[in-house]
Amino acid sequence: MRSRLIYLLPLGLFGVLAVYFAVGLTRDPKIIPSALIDKPAPEFVLPPIAGGTGGGFSTADLKRGRVSVVNVFASWCVPCRAEHPQINRLAGMGIVPVYGLNYKDAPEEALAWLNALGDGYTAVGADASGRVGIDWGVYGVPETFIVDGTGRIRFKHVGPIVGDALEREILPLIRHLQGGGR
Amino acid sequence: MTRVLVLAALLAVLLPAGPARAVNPDEMLADPVLEARARDISKELRCLVCQNQSIDDSDAGLAKDLRVLVRERLKAGDSDDQVVAFVVARYGDFVLLKPPVKGSTLVLWAGPAVVAGLGILAVVVFFRRRRAAPAAAAPLTAEERARLNKLLEGDAP
Repeated sequence: MRSRLIYLLPLGLFGVLAVYFAVGLTRDPKIIPSALIDKPAPEFVLPPIAGGTGGGFSTADLKRGRVSVVNVFASWCVPCRAEHPQINRLAGMGIVPVYGLNYKDAPEEALAWLNALGDGYTAVGADASGRVGIDWGVYGVPETFIVDGTGRIRFKHVGPIVGDALEREILPLIRHLQGGGR
Repeated sequence: MTRVLVLAALLAVLLPAGPARAVNPDEMLADPVLEARARDISKELRCLVCQNQSIDDSDAGLAKDLRVLVRERLKAGDSDDQVVAFVVARYGDFVLLKPPVKGSTLVLWAGPAVVAGLGILAVVVFFRRRRAAPAAAAPLTAEERARLNKLLEGDAP
């Protein structure tokens, strides 16, 4: 009996491997969990895009007791173009301020991009050097952060918000945080 | 002969080159000691855009920004550990090419040793048991011997 059981060993090993692959291969290795979740947003002051009409934004804007959204974008970023209608839609709902972090962009190109696609942002800060982006742990645009009323980063979405991502991920969390949820 | 020559020429061209590095001369620090420390730190930090390269190897824009950042921190007087901690605070442990030893990575670090230990144990047990097993079988009975002789003579029933 004891010696027979050993023939089940390969099946057992296969089972373990199958579970590893089932979990491992369905994950996107490009999505790295943020180290900043539940940490205060980094201290920064971003100027507006040079030549534009709007104002920049800073950490102080994120600590006004309102849930806010910070969207990292750039005119050179193709997926940003794909997600921008969703960002404008979110901004248009008027439930949260949506700040744009214009990452390593040329001012005139950023302005032309916003003119062409629509600028729904509450304010846009220009991060020409990418240094504020590094403080936010940005490694690829677009990225979208949800910040609670105390200025704490609660959620990060890596990649474009397309399809039902806004309804599925972003809006429920915004409502949860606005409802006083922790 | 020509083949050998071609091979030798190829080796002569390829060997001294070594792996290409992404560090640009304008990023380098004037102080060679600081620059060497920056290079060592950069080799341990993962480029998050092309994940299997270090920021020392990668041509990605973010890797360049991080290389410059590492050098700035060093110039400001940070220790190597402080520089690494600065980057880890922003990007998490994933940015380290060599994951740190801690609770959540214990399986990763101890796993291979544990599996090898189990393997060695299994081999030892296997050979011990084999040696302990009765070496010689019981001798044949008279009846069996008679039957065997009959079979060997070829006139089996």
